[in-house]
Amino acid sequence: MKDLIESFTQAYGPSGHEDQVREVIRAAVADHCDRTTVDALGNLIAFRAGSGESSNRRRVMLAGHMDEIGLIVTHLDEQGFLRFANVGGVSPHVLLGQRVVFGDGTTGSIGSERVDEIKDLKLDKMFIDIGALSRDEAREKVEVGDMATYQRQLSELGTRLSAKAMDDRVGCAVMVEALRRLQNSPHDIYAVFTTQEEVGLRGARTSAYGIDPEFGLAFDVTGVGDTPKINNNLNMKLGAGAAIKVKDASVVVPPRVKDLLVKTARDNGISYQLEVLVAGGTDTASIQLTRSGVPAGCISVPTRYIHTPVETLELADVEASVQLTVKVLEGPIEV
Amino acid sequence: MDSVDVKALCDIRGVSGHEGEVRAHLRTLLEGHVDDLRADTIGNLFARKAGRRASPVIMIAAHMDEVGFLVTGADKSGMLHFTNVGGIVPAMLPSKVVRIGPAAIPGVIGTKAVHLQEASERTKPFDPEKLRIDIGASSREQAMKLVKRGDQITWDVEFGEFGSALWKGRALDDRVGCAILAEVLRQAEYEVPVVGVFTVQEEVGLRGAAVASYAVEPQIAVCLEGTVCADIPGVEEQAYTTRVGQGPAISLMDAGTIHSPVLVRHLVSVAEREGIPYQYREATRGGNDTARMTMAKAGAPGCAISVPCRYIHSPVAVCSPEDYRNAVRLVRAFVDSIGRGELTI
Repeated sequence: MKDLIESFTQAYGPSGHEDQVREVIRAAVADHCDRTTVDALGNLIAFRAGSGESSNRRRVMLAGHMDEIGLIVTHLDEQGFLRFANVGGVSPHVLLGQRVVFGDGTTGSIGSERVDEIKDLKLDKMFIDIGALSRDEAREKVEVGDMATYQRQLSELGTRLSAKAMDDRVGCAVMVEALRRLQNSPHDIYAVFTTQEEVGLRGARTSAYGIDPEFGLAFDVTGVGDTPKINNNLNMKLGAGAAIKVKDASVVVPPRVKDLLVKTARDNGISYQLEVLVAGGTDTASIQLTRSGVPAGCISVPTRYIHTPVETLELADVEASVQLTVKVLEGPIEV
Repeated sequence: MDSVDVKALCDIRGVSGHEGEVRAHLRTLLEGHVDDLRADTIGNLFARKAGRRASPVIMIAAHMDEVGFLVTGADKSGMLHFTNVGGIVPAMLPSKVVRIGPAAIPGVIGTKAVHLQEASERTKPFDPEKLRIDIGASSREQAMKLVKRGDQITWDVEFGEFGSALWKGRALDDRVGCAILAEVLRQAEYEVPVVGVFTVQEEVGLRGAAVASYAVEPQIAVCLEGTVCADIPGVEEQAYTTRVGQGPAISLMDAGTIHSPVLVRHLVSVAEREGIPYQYREATRGGNDTARMTMAKAGAPGCAISVPCRYIHSPVAVCSPEDYRNAVRLVRAFVDSIGRGELTI
């Protein structure tokens, strides 16, 4: 499990530029499904046919997003510095002092114009220094439109893991591991590794339209309130089990879907916690609002420091999420 | 060769939801040049060229509507109340001449003369809620005989050439896109199906494109726009976004779309091979119909090609006819290259 998370989080794949991470995931999932396809928006769809009778065989869509937040180069200046904008939710304060990496391996350091007060730090005052001495030299490595992500190795903190892009490569890892362990499911499963979630839940929307599922299950990270003076309404915490979503800013999970997940966890002794996330949305919403509507829920991995290079989670919560996913997919889905 | 009169297209008035005259004009331009020409229930105009092959279907969109205002009523003295349609900052409003309703009657957005303003009034921002349009009426009854609630209001500005052959005009955003699309449809036949869609209500939320894309189901989406350009004094180079005269701008990402890296690379290779100047749109703010085209049904890869237009969403914008003509060349070369099978989607 740890190796899977490490290889997924280390892969490069900001929104809309998921080619590299897609190949890493495809290699990991290929042996656990019947076929993989890629759709118009770049979503990777791993299909596995079910063994059930038509009466209890559901078309199930699983969704975890491959993309990660990043930066997009908007301008190369005469001295070879790169100006940029954010791709998804990137804080200028988190970015300061970071090292970033482009798809071809080019690395850069984040610098800033002088600001008198740190609250005045905005992305348009910051730049990437790739060691180029001129615009022409910069252009040999980077062009306007290229994207960079945090460069950060995975680290083990006791039983916890800390890395960039846990959001949402851990969701992708949960899906792959669940498919690997799943012996027998009555359902036709479309495991979709979605694109462009961080910029508006886009890949899930078009892939859900294409698949036309009868049931949807998203996989993502969720915020926690178990760190000093975090001062918000988050009651989720690390180590308390898989988080079963009740609502987030984009979706209210239908109670019968939430209840199915809760009952499955209880019946199988899988540790879980309920998730009410006050801000932030997930692919759950895109699936739910597809065509004439799809019952959809979400299993989240509680994660600290989301959208920083040190997103931190507890392996036991990942394990609980995998177990819960396997049990849900093994049983009947009547919602 | 120019075959579309850009001046005529830009001078037609068409605030979001009031695109009828623009649509009628485009119909006359396109009759006989396309295989199918029809409007849908929301007012989008579809101009389809069947092509010699069945796929891929390329949808090219340009929006007919422009930002402006609507009449909301009149007060006892005959002055009109109004509200904006689309993004216009209030600072643009005072001391402007406008045209109102189907008869395009003139009106003036007046303010108190400088002589009568207190010192504090001259420096502090005015209250846009207090602005009225003077149409020369002396009572509410008289005013409402001249105009109706819901009539469109546009700036009274005519298209023209100036300086070193630049264009200035009111609705360059996005009549330049409409003109490019009309040229592309009129100038040539193509190997693959091309569905040109002149969309409605882009400025109020990309609405026409949403239903048009659902109907067309494009396999490749192309958006033609007049886009922001800030190559002006007081702006630092990295915030110019685009520059007038440096070629059509290729979008990379905006608030609604991450443009397909495959299509962007292909556009660049086509431009370089054909010797067509181009630039990147160096910003991620704003949005256009690409967002709806790429997200309809099961989705499609999309790109956007824009003519840089200084001062858009104001009474007058400025662009380069060379950028416009090079945009026509780029779109044609792009469609031809798809027809030759140079890009597999």
